[in-house]
Amino acid sequence: MRISLFITCYNDTLFPEIGIAVVRVLERLGHTIDFPYAQTCCGQMHYNTGYQPEALPLVRRFVEVFRDSEVVCVPSSSCVTMMREHYEKIALASGDRSLQSEVAALLPRVYEFTEMLVHRLGVEDVGAVYPHRVTYHSSCHSLRNLHLGDVPIRLLRNVRGLELIPMEAGDLCCGFGGTFSIKNSAVSGAMLEEKLQYIKKTQAEVCTACDNSCLMHIGGALHRQRANMRTEHIATILASDSDSRVPSNGAR
Amino acid sequence: MSPVPAHDFKDSRSPDFPTAALPLLQDAQLRNNLRHATGIIQGKRARVVGEMPDWQALREAGQRIRAHAHEYLDLYLEQFEDRCTAAGGHVHWARDAAEANLIVVQLAKHSTGKVIKIKSMTTEETGLNRALEAAGISPVETDLAELIVQLGHDKPSHIVVPALHKNRRQVRELFARTMNLPDLGDRPEDLAEAARLHLRRQFLSTPVAISGANFLIAETGGVCIVESEGNGRMCLTLPRTLISVAGIDKIIPRFQDLEVMLQLLPRSATGERMNPYNSVWTGVHPGDGPQEFHIVLLDNRRTEVLRDPEARETLHCIRCGACQNTCPVYRQTGGHAYGSVYAGPIGAILTPQLAMMERGQSLPYASSLCGACYEVCPVKINIPEILIHLRGRVVTGRPKALSALHPEAVVMRAMRWIFSNSTRFSMAQRVGRIAQRPWIRRSGWIERLPSVLGRWTRTRDLRPLPAQSFREWFHGRHESSAVLPQSSEPHHE
Repeated sequence: MRISLFITCYNDTLFPEIGIAVVRVLERLGHTIDFPYAQTCCGQMHYNTGYQPEALPLVRRFVEVFRDSEVVCVPSSSCVTMMREHYEKIALASGDRSLQSEVAALLPRVYEFTEMLVHRLGVEDVGAVYPHRVTYHSSCHSLRNLHLGDVPIRLLRNVRGLELIPMEAGDLCCGFGGTFSIKNSAVSGAMLEEKLQYIKKTQAEVCTACDNSCLMHIGGALHRQRANMRTEHIATILASDSDSRVPSNGAR
Repeated sequence: MSPVPAHDFKDSRSPDFPTAALPLLQDAQLRNNLRHATGIIQGKRARVVGEMPDWQALREAGQRIRAHAHEYLDLYLEQFEDRCTAAGGHVHWARDAAEANLIVVQLAKHSTGKVIKIKSMTTEETGLNRALEAAGISPVETDLAELIVQLGHDKPSHIVVPALHKNRRQVRELFARTMNLPDLGDRPEDLAEAARLHLRRQFLSTPVAISGANFLIAETGGVCIVESEGNGRMCLTLPRTLISVAGIDKIIPRFQDLEVMLQLLPRSATGERMNPYNSVWTGVHPGDGPQEFHIVLLDNRRTEVLRDPEARETLHCIRCGACQNTCPVYRQTGGHAYGSVYAGPIGAILTPQLAMMERGQSLPYASSLCGACYEVCPVKINIPEILIHLRGRVVTGRPKALSALHPEAVVMRAMRWIFSNSTRFSMAQRVGRIAQRPWIRRSGWIERLPSVLGRWTRTRDLRPLPAQSFREWFHGRHESSAVLPQSSEPHHE
């Protein structure tokens, strides 16, 4: 299958290794990756911060860039949530009929990365090898908006050598919240501190998630506290095999 | 226009949420109390909700009952007025807090200089106690938690458990001091007994009671209050005169709708299958209970809330507090950071709307949009969606001259400009890589950033932008040319 990759603006800029990992996994499964260079951002930051009109041109851009794609893979639950929960509303508010129908036609072909593997491609074992103790953080968007359920867990359970350690209070928000982490940084920090107690209690080597936004926040604090744990996006773990060394956050 | 000092539900001098949260985050005792109390209520709620196979259908029904009642609010309110009046009750209409307080004060004037009160967030909203005191009438709170708040000259921090921020040792100290009981123990039964003795005298000697309401039943003209302690039942039955104050949003069409509401409310609020005390009364009955009944129907900008179709479901709220207990933000700060009697997620959407978006603008931002509130809401209020919508109203409501220059607006416009063209975007990535250089420490991470971004690095390090973006990697892998393609740019900006 020809899979179009929407890497998302922050992964493109800050975490290119996630895109590289997604490409590795999908190519290993025999698919071809299409990366339209005209893509930029889904508009989530503008929309969620209250600048809804500023998000409209970004919605148009996304639709124009991906309208002919067979499927679109997005390694970020929050960006997919933005599309699924708000694109139709934005298109409706714009009064642009053709945008409305294009959004409606495109959305069913947009998948979060792990969701695409399990639900669209029917794969739970991607042939990964990752001999580490790992705990999984369910981001709020993957849990409550995309209802991914145990999809990421099923993928992780099939990784050779990986020991999956369950986390208490798994549905507790880590406190990132986009611009919330800046506008309410003290509260965000307090929420993170509570979450970190549960994360550290697992004594895992790696905390993983489907969203690098949470992981940037969690990993930033783990690094600040010189904790003996690092964060890795789930794509990095699924891309690891016995032949390849995938660059990790900690190695940089 | 009113001789009674009217207090708004939100103190105009209260600081914004991030500022108000700071001292609360430093209060280790408070945060322990919050975590402990909300954890217990959440656990109880989860158990009794989990045993209901039709919980989602009940939520759906609750949502529809509320939406229908508000769709035909004018009809149901008049029906309520007719039926209540026919049953011997007196119905008063109050446009705002000042009018409501004036009505209550005038009705209560013939009392013995004091009134007993059932816990009511609506009268907290109107600031009724201050209005009563100004008229020489002492309000005596009879709900245990409200008594704790009143004796401590404190403010409620939770809509169901107003003294949630206090633990029992703190309550013991307060009772020992204010009730002159130096030997008081701190077991729950010791505290309950002290409150019982303190309150019993008040119940037996006060001829006027003031209450709120959980539901107004249009079909019968009846009023419903649910509670746990029985102190409310005392107030509803012993005095000669009962005055209830209720927001116009509290209406439900039929008596039968209580079947749904009285399953949703106690399970969501206190984690009980049913409330220990469920009172429903209709007008007055000779020889039984109060012989004079007044109900004050309060608007206080609720009709303004109804005007916004994107946010009107805020009024569906049945004040269960489940969103507060589950909210990870509320659980850190408690209710006082919200500067309003309505705290937590529901307060973050209700307060600014009741203030016509003139105050409380920081509240829609006091959320990580985690969605836990929506998940537990018994009437399915999509709080995260409304928060986002109200953020939009905050932005568009800025004064015209300021809005273009607002620093955040400038950043957002710049980001939109950058994201509107992929060449600009990759240029910005390159600029970012150069600009960050002075901030990268020997560890290879950014540990301190200037200005607003410094709020990030206060508690977290930041991994710098790597040498190559993903698009550069992908391009390098597929093409020989070093220049990123631009021909695929969509036609519009």
